[in-house]
Amino acid sequence: MKADPRGVLTGSHFIDGDFACCEGALAAGCRFIAGYPITPSTEVVERFARRAPMVDGALFIQMEDELAASIAIQGAVWAGKKAMTVTSGPGFSLMMEHIGLAAMTETPCVFVDVQRGGPSTGLPTLPGQADMMQARWGSHGDYEIIALSPNSPQETFDLTIEAFNLSEQYRVPVMFMMDECVGHMMERVIIPAADKIEVTPRRFTKLPPGEYLPFKPAEDLVPEMFKAGDGYRLHVTGLTHDFRGYPAMNPEVQEQLVHRLVNKIRLNAPKIWRYEETGVEDADVVIVTYGITSRVAVEAIDIARKKGIKVGLLRLVVVWPFPEPRIFELASRGKALVVAEMNYGQVFYEVDRSARGKAPVVLAGHGGGTVHNIEDIVKKIEEAHQCRS
Amino acid sequence: MSILNELQKASLSPTAGLTGPDKHPMDDFLRMDRMPHIWCSTCGIGVSVNCFAKALEKCGFPLDDVVVVSGIGCTGRVAGYVKVDSFHTTHGRAIPFATGLKLANPKLKVIVFSGDGDIIAIGGNHFINAARRNIDITVICINNFNYAMTGGQVAATTPEGAILSTSPFGNFEFPFNLPFLAESVGAVYVARWTSLHVYNQTNAMVEAMKKPGFSFIEIVAPCPTIFERQQKMGDGLDRLRWYCENSEIRADAKTKEADIRLHDKMIVGKFVDKERPTYLEAMNTHYQERLGPKYKVYEG
Amino acid sequence: MPVRQREKPFGLPRPETPHGEIVILEERCKGCGFCIEYCPHGVLVNAKKYNAKGYHPPEIVKAELCVNCGFCRMICPEFAIYTYEPRTGEKP
Repeated sequence: MKADPRGVLTGSHFIDGDFACCEGALAAGCRFIAGYPITPSTEVVERFARRAPMVDGALFIQMEDELAASIAIQGAVWAGKKAMTVTSGPGFSLMMEHIGLAAMTETPCVFVDVQRGGPSTGLPTLPGQADMMQARWGSHGDYEIIALSPNSPQETFDLTIEAFNLSEQYRVPVMFMMDECVGHMMERVIIPAADKIEVTPRRFTKLPPGEYLPFKPAEDLVPEMFKAGDGYRLHVTGLTHDFRGYPAMNPEVQEQLVHRLVNKIRLNAPKIWRYEETGVEDADVVIVTYGITSRVAVEAIDIARKKGIKVGLLRLVVVWPFPEPRIFELASRGKALVVAEMNYGQVFYEVDRSARGKAPVVLAGHGGGTVHNIEDIVKKIEEAHQCRS
Repeated sequence: MSILNELQKASLSPTAGLTGPDKHPMDDFLRMDRMPHIWCSTCGIGVSVNCFAKALEKCGFPLDDVVVVSGIGCTGRVAGYVKVDSFHTTHGRAIPFATGLKLANPKLKVIVFSGDGDIIAIGGNHFINAARRNIDITVICINNFNYAMTGGQVAATTPEGAILSTSPFGNFEFPFNLPFLAESVGAVYVARWTSLHVYNQTNAMVEAMKKPGFSFIEIVAPCPTIFERQQKMGDGLDRLRWYCENSEIRADAKTKEADIRLHDKMIVGKFVDKERPTYLEAMNTHYQERLGPKYKVYEG
Repeated sequence: MPVRQREKPFGLPRPETPHGEIVILEERCKGCGFCIEYCPHGVLVNAKKYNAKGYHPPEIVKAELCVNCGFCRMICPEFAIYTYEPRTGEKP
């Protein structure tokens, strides 16, 4: 389905990542944002507060805290709209219970985390990338989510639309993991015409009330959706539930439900993985990175190649589900892996696990607050190269 | 395979094979495949659901537009038993969920049905902000003075001196006066009734649901298994007799005097019934003034 | 002078007291006793028998006194009792 032109600001703009995220949401059909101000994500909602009165059917409300924001968007989704909320590290921690609720009730919504230095209040105005594991494991219980990471304002615009599409396709909350650098850098963003933007519509059921079971999956393990007010008179609960949505307190239903929630993403993972590879085929060392760090890594690769080390780049666009088979393949072919990220090891552990000991994996990380020093990455490349030989 | 078994079991009528009539006029409104409900004998929550069913019938709203949202707790289970679109959300967060539902589709009639601990303790912040904004929802708070589902812990509404599992030597904290709180944060309709006052409760629910804006009804209900048993006040029937003697309906009731003490008289009645623009009315009026003809009125 | 002669107009029939038929769904009853206590005419008492759950459901002892007020229906937490007007079918 094509995007609704009333939300698309076609043209060439010079805007920052936060604004691009807001424009991407509007282009994807998002018409409800409940937010709470937190640096460095506030600009997303400030832009939406300005744009919403002028876009048909769009509404912005600044809620009293992140807990309210993260569940108000779920109310809006069940009333039929596409909804998104925006936060940073401390707010992301608050939203965890409701991310679990969205995963359990299979509510399609987008949570944007513009990461900053942590832990706790940390560095509000400086970047970090230390929420990546929290995006995957933050809430209690077994569930799977999808997480994306852009590295430029243009990609922020494109990937926000992709985030909404993935959330509708798989009926899952999607974590959009930006960082403060990408959020606050201003670059050219080209927004195409509305008929060039592909938007996945919500998979509403066509079955009549009485026949439709809200949590009975289709072949791809994703059930069809309904919305309140259409006459279905159904019950949605965060308790373990059966196909009808009724609470069922027994291990069999728990097994069946959790098995499906987890496999919904795991079995469909090959369709969801997205990464960009540059110069990987002939490389001896591959840098695995994402977000703003990937832009620094490109520079480091140039320097390393001039020094004679053959280095390639694997940039993760979809971070969760993690592309384990590709990492394993690279490791099996004897390539050393350097994970460059702005933390003390988060995606590093995934890469290390996926390599299964076939190749050395080295972390080029630091505590956050600034992008990497190029020399530090080059040193780690050299270290990995030595480990390899 | 066991899911199929469960579905098959559920499709049998709960009263199949028994003699005598097996249908009640309100059965169409209830999820009969989940009956009997989990509430104890002489609990007041069932009475309120009964009054709610009657109130919906009196209001005449199309049931397809009615949505019930509840939190966690004994009262939170109401959402699972009424046959309308219903949502059983997280603890304390029924009100912001209802806000999202109502603002995304203003045609829905959203009712929040939850307990005292859920609405005013963990959900206190959401309660006062939704009332401040005057979101057009109706909040029915069933006050049994404790956290019943988890075994009877002291709550923000527990009267002084009450003995509960986390106040084993008596409660020394000061409880909320819910009508006073609701009035001070701007609710446009505030009433308190008990489980005994069924006609008043029903009429209050009708008035609250028809009134645009944030309406709040507190229903003082017996909790025979926990609260009344710990205070040695008998069972629900004894408590209803107590309500009969000790509740005072005042025509010009002031919320400031509506404190509840363990052994004193309790004031019930309609406290507040005023007019205030709702959130969406205020938003549309304001944007029309500021942005002129460019602004298209938000209708959902 | 008898009071009736002062009524205007003369000779209209007095309004009839409504009468209700009571239906008890015994298997749903959890023996709370609300309907028995609060029936304004004392139509119900606790039955001696038990239902399948072990509770004593209500029993009608003064059926002719029921005026279809509907209080028992409204105060029952289990949706186990209701009344109806036999001629019009009205359920309060």
